[in-house]
Order: sequence, then C-alpha cells, then structure tokens
Amino acid sequence: MNPAATQPSTTSATSPPGSDDGTDRLGDRAAFIRTETIRLIEIAKVGHYSSVFSAAEIFAALYYDVMRIDPARPDWQDRDRFLMGKGHAAVGLYPVLGDLGYFPMGLLDGYAHLGSSFGDHPDMTKIPGIDFSSGSIGHALSNGVGMALGGRLAGRDFTVFVMLGDGEMQEGQVWEAALSAAHHRLDRVVAIVDRNGFQLDGGVDDVIGIEPLAEKWRAFGWHVVAVDGHDVGAVRQVLREAKQGPRTGIPTCIIANTVKGKGVSYMETEPGWHLGYLEPADGERAVAEILAARNGVGA
Amino acid sequence: MSATLEAGSWQYRALNALNPGLDHLSDGLIDLVEAGHPVVAGSADLKYSNGLVKFADVHPDRFLQFGISEQHMVSAAAGLATTGAMPFVATFASFLGLLCCEQIRMDVAYTKLPVRLIGHHTGIALGFYGTSHHATEDISTMRAIAGLTVVSPADGPQLRAAIRASAEWEQPIYFRISRGRDPRVYGDDVTFEFGRGIEHGYGADLTFIACGTLVHPALEAAEALRREGLSVGVVDMPTIKPLDEELVRLVAARSRIVVTAEEHNVLGGLGAAVAEVMAEHPSRARLVRHGIADEFSLIGPPTHLYRHYRLDTAGLVGVAKLALQ
Repeated sequence: MNPAATQPSTTSATSPPGSDDGTDRLGDRAAFIRTETIRLIEIAKVGHYSSVFSAAEIFAALYYDVMRIDPARPDWQDRDRFLMGKGHAAVGLYPVLGDLGYFPMGLLDGYAHLGSSFGDHPDMTKIPGIDFSSGSIGHALSNGVGMALGGRLAGRDFTVFVMLGDGEMQEGQVWEAALSAAHHRLDRVVAIVDRNGFQLDGGVDDVIGIEPLAEKWRAFGWHVVAVDGHDVGAVRQVLREAKQGPRTGIPTCIIANTVKGKGVSYMETEPGWHLGYLEPADGERAVAEILAARNGVGA
Repeated sequence: MSATLEAGSWQYRALNALNPGLDHLSDGLIDLVEAGHPVVAGSADLKYSNGLVKFADVHPDRFLQFGISEQHMVSAAAGLATTGAMPFVATFASFLGLLCCEQIRMDVAYTKLPVRLIGHHTGIALGFYGTSHHATEDISTMRAIAGLTVVSPADGPQLRAAIRASAEWEQPIYFRISRGRDPRVYGDDVTFEFGRGIEHGYGADLTFIACGTLVHPALEAAEALRREGLSVGVVDMPTIKPLDEELVRLVAARSRIVVTAEEHNVLGGLGAAVAEVMAEHPSRARLVRHGIADEFSLIGPPTHLYRHYRLDTAGLVGVAKLALQ
C-alpha cells in the first residue's frame, strides 16, 4: 500500500530544502502529527492535544526512521514493537499508522464515532499497527517485558519501545516491570519517559514528585539517557543507539525532556490543556502556528 | 506420612513431595510441551506452593520467575502471548482474582489473548493464613469479565485433562484450583470438555451442582442420602463460564431441589450463575445456594473450616436434609 495515496493533504508534506539527513522530514511528520491531532479532536470535541504534542517528535523518529516495521504485515513477528503507557496520546499515533498504510487514512474520519475502532485509547484488536492496547496507566512496561521475554524464547531479535508518561512513574507496577527487565537482562527493552512535567491535576512534581528520576532508573539497573524530546535528530540518535547498541544485558531508559503542548504557544504555558477542546477558530490558529514553525525550518 | 505431616500440617513443601496432587499442574504443562506447544510457565515466588517447581526442573528455559510482582506477571504474560508463546501464570487465587483483576480485564481478556491464569489455594484452603489468603470472591470477579473462561476442576486428574484440552481453547482462561491435596474424583484417563458439566446419577429429590473441592463431598453426601432412600444426583460443573445452561435446565426440570455447593461466597459464584439460569427459565425446582454466606471466613486448620462452614460431606448431608424437610 502506498501511504501517500491515501493521505489527505492536511499538512504541507514537503520537507524544506537544504538538508538530507532526514531530520527535516521527521520534523515535518511531527508537524503532521500535531495538525492531524487537532483535526481528529475536532471530531470528538475533546482530547489530549498537549500529551500528543510533547511526544510528536518521538512518534515521528520511531515510526519514520528507527523501528523495523512492515505496514503490510502488522503481525510480523520480527517487527519492533511500540507500546504506550500513556495511551491517551493514541490520537497522535493513529495518523502515523494511517500515513504509513496500516489502514486507509479515511477511516480516521470516523474517529470516536459510535462503534469506531479509534478512540481516545488504542485497541490492538481493532487497529492494525497497534502492538498492545492501553488505557489503564502502568501496565505497558510489563507488557513490553513480556514481549521481550517471548522474543528471547522464540529466538527473535526485535526491540520493544515503551513510552511512559512522567505521571505514570507514580504507578507501582512500572517499578515491578523495571526490576524485572533488569533482572532478566532485557537489553532490547527501551523505556521512553515523556517528561513533559504535567498530569491531570497539575505539575507532576506538585502532585507526587518523581525526581531524581534518572537516579531512580539507574538504581533499578537501567542505562539512562536524557535527550531534548523536541530535537528530532537527537531523539532519533538516542533511539537508534538504544536499538543498535552492543548487547550489554542492560535495558535503556530514555528520559525525553519535553514541553507539554509543544508547538502551540498558549498550550505550552497552560497545563490545563491536558484534556481540552479547541474551538474551530482556535484550532485554525493552532494549525497556523504549527505550520509556520515548520516553514521556518531550513529557511 | 509421618506424624508431623498429617492432613492439618502446614509444611506444604514436604507434603507436596509426598502427595502428588499439585504435580498435576506441572504434569499437564509438561504434556503440552511434549505435544509441541510453546508453553511458558510463570510464578510469583510460589513455585513450591503450586508445584511449578517440577515444571521448572524439567523445563528451566520455559519457566519464568516474576517474584512478588503478581500484577506485573499477568501483564507480562499478556505480552508473552503476543509473541506466540502459550503462557500459564500462577499465584494464590486471592491475589489473582482481586489484586490482578484489572490486569486480567485489560491486558488478558479485552485483548483476547490466550493467557492461562492459575489461581491456586482457592476458598478457605489456606486456613490459618487468614482472610488475606482466602479466595472467596475470585469466581465472582473473573466471571464478570467478558470473554474470560472460568474453570474449577474437581481434582488433579481433571485439572491435568483441562490443561491438555486448553491447547485447543482460544479464549483466555482462569483456572481455579485448590492445594493439590483434594481427594480424587476421577481416574488418570479422565477427559475434559470446556463448557460441559458432568452428571453423576439422577436425582428426582435433589441434585447437587458442585465445582472444585466440593465435588468429592457432594458425591459422598449423595451416596449417604441414597442409602436413606432418597433420589439424589450430582453434577460436577467444572466450567463455570461458559456455563452448561442446558444441563442446569435439565436438572431443574427433574429435581425437586437443586443445591449448589462451592468454596466461595454465594454472591457471584457458581450458585449465582445457576440462579441466573433458573430465574430466566422457571421450573418447579427450588434452589439452595450453599457456600460462604457473604462473610469473611474464620481462620483455622482447613479440615476444621470445611466442617464449620458445612463444606464437608456431613455438612452437605445436613444442608440437603434441611432443604428436603
């Protein structure tokens, strides 16, 4: 399936000239993720814009560069896997999967409708390309550990990427899974903490503080890397290293320092946007901001 | 068995070594591996309690130790199932059915993954360990989860047969088993069919519908009542979900009294499942739900507890006679 053939031109898909290392294209796809998120949430009239916006560069780097995937074979056993503990960012992943050809992009027009496969949280039984369902925070790293254990038993060499929210660090099961991955020497498990600093009730460090986060993961036996989660080239680099690096027996945790609502000025400064709705006019202004930022790249 | 290892003993490691009851779990899994199935067994620091130590010794590469991380174990089992493995994960039924309820709902049942959950030491089998370790709610929680099969075998051979049969059963399964010291009901050649109850005799006066550890005392109670001239049958109902509704209706059509017997709260368990069918398909039969009467159980040696709650042979005879008055 040719992804481009089914993709509506909701964004300017052409990369600015002047660079050929692929980061411009990834930046462009991150903008696409943001604008499509605004389009889909307009259908549902409520959604997690800012949770997607902090993760957009990570989604783009994973799906358009780092992961070994084949959209024609969503159940291919040798594929890399991606799981989202913060399942509420799924609205930003659906456009990526449609764009890559896992399903016709037009299906997203029915987002959140009665009986739709596409809701606020991802469903692996209904959506090709979703590697595991989520919604209840705290399970995904365990699911990923199980996949890595299964891969090892079956003699398959794939990498399991698990995105976790920073608020999710408050869930006890995350740390059960962290112990387990280190104990079982699962060096192809990569946890990515989207450290955007906010959760529903406010700042993560005000709700229940999680720092020193890097030291916690290190103490649990993980290799820890910090990265600017919006520098798509740097994100790509740390993800590639985690996937391709030498087998040390040590799992990797990437702490992606991000901005909740990144790309839309008034969301970046207002934590209340964890869950919200942009009126159509505001949505248009947000899209314009996102596209303007893209058009500035490489100029 | 030495004096220190009588039935009331808590030295389960030594007891398990002497009594092959719990071996049936490991033996069933070993059967599956030998038949070519990609079995992976997981335990949460209880491999001696549930007998999986035998499987771990035979197939160390297929045994996963999760430590005291039951919720993580269930979620990881779901991840394992996506890679083509056939995971069986075991812990005390009290923890599996309550602590891990949400992981079972979201990661195992909603995803329709063929994970096999083994809740052991059901009901009041853990005696003096206390209410934290008694499992009298797990049938209720598990049967409320859509798409989850719930099985309570009567003894070790039936468990082993059910495990073998599970290779052809696509849905996720919750197995509810006791502590392996349950008296035998069946021979080693017993077979198992999901969703089917097993009739042991015709009861015009009364039929027990029992599951798990209550099947054996129900058979003995029926025999005692028959000696008194009553017509009493027993249905072993190992699959609580999907329930053999046809058999429940048949029993209700021909028996004056139906007594359900289970080592579980009467709310939400086998008795409730039978009551739902009988309410929707009225008959002349009267239903008596027997089990734990919506209370937290006392502590004590299991044999004393079964006597106290009338979950032994004499207790079931008494319950039946009261109903027949």
